[in-house]
Amino acid sequence: MTHMEIELQAIKTEVMNMWVLVESQLQKSKNAIMHFDKDLAREVVLREKRVNAFELKIDRDCEDFFAIYQPVAIDLRFLLAVMKINNNLERIGDIADGIAKYVIESLSDFDRNVFAKTGMIAMYEEAIHILTDTRTAFEKEDTALARSIFKRDEVLDGYNLAAIQNVGDCIKKDIEVLNDALYVLSIIRKLERVGDQTKNIAEEIIFYVEAKVLKHLDPKAKQNG
Amino acid sequence: MESTIVKAVNYNSYFGANHVVKDVNIEIPKNAAIAVMGPSGCGKTTFLRGINRMHELIPGATAKGQILLNGTDVMEMHPIFVRLKIGMVFQRPNPFPNLSIYDNVIAGYKLNGISLPKSERDRIVEHSLSRVALWGEVKDSLTKKGTFLSGGQQQRLCIARAVAMEPEVLLFDEPTSALDPISTSKVEELFHELKKNYTLIIVTHNMQQAARVSDKTAFFYMGELVEFDDTKNMFTNPKDTRTQNYITGRFS
Repeated sequence: MTHMEIELQAIKTEVMNMWVLVESQLQKSKNAIMHFDKDLAREVVLREKRVNAFELKIDRDCEDFFAIYQPVAIDLRFLLAVMKINNNLERIGDIADGIAKYVIESLSDFDRNVFAKTGMIAMYEEAIHILTDTRTAFEKEDTALARSIFKRDEVLDGYNLAAIQNVGDCIKKDIEVLNDALYVLSIIRKLERVGDQTKNIAEEIIFYVEAKVLKHLDPKAKQNG
Repeated sequence: MESTIVKAVNYNSYFGANHVVKDVNIEIPKNAAIAVMGPSGCGKTTFLRGINRMHELIPGATAKGQILLNGTDVMEMHPIFVRLKIGMVFQRPNPFPNLSIYDNVIAGYKLNGISLPKSERDRIVEHSLSRVALWGEVKDSLTKKGTFLSGGQQQRLCIARAVAMEPEVLLFDEPTSALDPISTSKVEELFHELKKNYTLIIVTHNMQQAARVSDKTAFFYMGELVEFDDTKNMFTNPKDTRTQNYITGRFS
């Protein structure tokens, strides 16, 4: 490997490490919600600083790489993609942090019936799986796997679309669950954003590997593009 | 803490009345690659040639101030000893045309009258050629003339010749300007390896090369050392406007 390839590999490794941390943040925020574990939620909030530090370090390393190596072709696309992926991962980190804060600020445990009725936990698990699979697509430069993310994001969109109805039903049935229902609605909205962020990341992987721009295409064109 | 190997203290060079290098103060750390860049005529090569006392070989050339090697003024050292400790590689590959590849590598010993047993000579030749990633390419043709090699291989042979004397510092004066891009890239990769054992000071016109190969960069302009900093800082956030103008191509 040339010195430049070693530096590129180091940036890729750094992004992968950040990715694993963000997945863990999302997983822990889910566990904190499920078990109403305020200590775990506090840990997520504390570790958000590490996600931010990763973002700054990767940005800085990319800036240095541009200045020093003047990358072209696939190396240029890789770095442009990494800068955007970095930004998307940081936002997913913010989402995990935001959800953890709900656990910290909530005065009592959440109503499990609202979880069940809205499918929030299943949605959470799917969001985490999508994020993990997108990491694999990045690691292996697997654009078929990256393309599969677009379809799976629609599953998350489905939960989100049904949320108003489902949350409304819960409230109508028992007004006592109002606060919990509003928290759950907010969480579902945030998880939908996780889907959007991973979809953006998948687009960047395809851009980096195949030099194809899929942004702003309709979903069908994206699958086939 | 990084230790200094070469230090210039108020160093000035002249060609007759022409003041070419002006009051340079710089501390060059050990086992690092230092790029020296600047426009033509800025004094970078003259400064380089002052480090191993080659400047004084030019009629009418004088110098003031000090160049210290490990704390000792090079002017107080024997010039041959200085050049043993500070090797130099030039712009054009210049292997001795009448010598074999083998003899080119150990030329420094022969020319200095240092006699070595054959086994030791063999060891030095293999070690030096391996250091410059040339051993695999020439090990079966060591008796052939050095000029039989391609330009890039010849330049690596010249680096092997310098390395054979086990110097502490290697000076490079535009070492790849006569080479094609592939040979250039091989020499640049070599710098990353060589700096593990030697301190490299590389004069280059090529800014991208300075960025790629060096840990620290010195920018010279009109004989002055304008800025000396970590290469990453120099190319992302230069402190002096003149450096910024030079690296962004805004010099008029």
